[in-house]
Amino acid sequence: MRPVIQVSGVRKTYGKTVAVDEVSFEVNDGEIFGLIGPNGAGKTTTMECIEGLRTPDRGSISVLGLDPFRQVYKLQDRIGVQLQQAQLQKRIKVWEAVDLWASLYAKKAIDGERLLEQLGLTDKRNAWFMNLSGGQKQRLFIALALINDPEVVFLDELTTGLDPQSRRAIWDLVRGIRERGKTVFLTTHLMEEAERLCDRVAIIEHGRIIDIDSPDKLVKRHCPERTVVLTTNDPVAEERFRAIPGVEAVNCADFRFTIHGRGDDLVTEVIHCLSENRIRVTDFRTILPNLEDVFLKLTGHSIRE
Amino acid sequence: MMLRGLWKLTWLEIKIFMREPMGAVGAVVIPVLVFLGAGRIVGSRLEQPTLAASNFIHVGLPVLASLLIAINAVISLVTIISIYREGGILKRLRATPLRPQTILTAHVIVKLILTAATLAVMVLAGKRYYPVGVHAPLFSFTIALLISTWSILSIGFLIASIVPTARFAQLIGGFVMYPMIGFSGLFVPVEVLPPVLRAVARVLPLTYAVALLQGVWNGDAWSAHVGDVAALAVVFVVCTALSTKVFRWE
Repeated sequence: MRPVIQVSGVRKTYGKTVAVDEVSFEVNDGEIFGLIGPNGAGKTTTMECIEGLRTPDRGSISVLGLDPFRQVYKLQDRIGVQLQQAQLQKRIKVWEAVDLWASLYAKKAIDGERLLEQLGLTDKRNAWFMNLSGGQKQRLFIALALINDPEVVFLDELTTGLDPQSRRAIWDLVRGIRERGKTVFLTTHLMEEAERLCDRVAIIEHGRIIDIDSPDKLVKRHCPERTVVLTTNDPVAEERFRAIPGVEAVNCADFRFTIHGRGDDLVTEVIHCLSENRIRVTDFRTILPNLEDVFLKLTGHSIRE
Repeated sequence: MMLRGLWKLTWLEIKIFMREPMGAVGAVVIPVLVFLGAGRIVGSRLEQPTLAASNFIHVGLPVLASLLIAINAVISLVTIISIYREGGILKRLRATPLRPQTILTAHVIVKLILTAATLAVMVLAGKRYYPVGVHAPLFSFTIALLISTWSILSIGFLIASIVPTARFAQLIGGFVMYPMIGFSGLFVPVEVLPPVLRAVARVLPLTYAVALLQGVWNGDAWSAHVGDVAALAVVFVVCTALSTKVFRWE
């Protein structure tokens, strides 16, 4: 199937600063694709080039077979956009915004009232934008991004500044968008968000894409380490643990063992060893690397720094 | 279609403007009150007005009040555009199939409607104190004021295009607009100014607006003011062309 978004060799500079350099990737139909990286990595610039809001210095972009620079109005008819840190008129009412947006597209808009209901905004339909909470504003922006029944939805740092509860609610909404058969392109600097939501992610830093794959595969490729932590007072335990295939190091402090190794089979091997040797444990947990660790490994620093 | 969304956006912007705490009051009520107050004070002090004073009350004051309405509209436009840019509202609107010119046209229409509405209220309120003014050709005068406003709105747009923040925009708008009234020939005829100031007056767009408004108020034919209208048109074209070059959406 033809990719919905094709980006190849895109470069964008602001004065002497190179914001995005040689960025290439493809987004497939019906997937949630995440562009992840720290603030200032070039996520928003890349997204805005794809949306037709910025013109790259070099490279080519195609969205739904359209050129975002030359066919920007045609494109905007078929996509839905949520911008980072956008605002609306302070005293615009929720229903007025939805009604205005519904009138802007060539295609007949979907039912705005139903959309507000799905997003839990029905009782706020007469509220002014300035009086909405952060989560309500974001839900309104999602409504505006969906009003034209778009084929691709762009979400830029959707949950930044929201409390964990609102964040989870919004994640459910985004999954709902995918279930309706839409393609979602999002940016985030939250690794948990990327892990929970995205089918595939591209890690971007200093304007360059470092790697692209599903979160699972990225972890497997870059961080094969596994760690098991358990507590036992069995005197022969340490010796047995060292004999497990794949184990690289065993540390012990106050009957608390930390077993380092690599490979998916490590946990199974440890459990097998425990039952075979009838070792009683009072505590057992595994530490699996995540995207955060992948990022640390690939860039040498944490995404929060 | 280019105009898609224009009327909805215009109507919405009018409603939003009316919801501002100072929106309707500042734009309509205050200019009218100032106009009535000034007319009453000057009028009652001068039982037997001199020709110059009478001329000021009957022509100068209505023209001045109208100009203030127009300038208020310009400063308000400059402020709103800057606020919308700072808040990312312009950018959000541009990320839809709305054409940029539709967004900006909607704001200009809102300001023109507001100018016409304020003028109408002023005329109705002024009937009591200005029986003479009622004989002025109101329809032509309204058209003349709209042409003047349209032209100086384009100066406002140019200011809005280049100033960085809303607070600054309001300040600059005031600094550029109000002093222009002084040289516009409203208080002192342009002909009696020293040559340097006369030259200044000749390049200020407000001078042509004043000449047009005074003339039309006095019942001149439009043919006598082709030059003024042309000058205002030139201002509009130049400022609009410059704005499109330097306008920033974010």
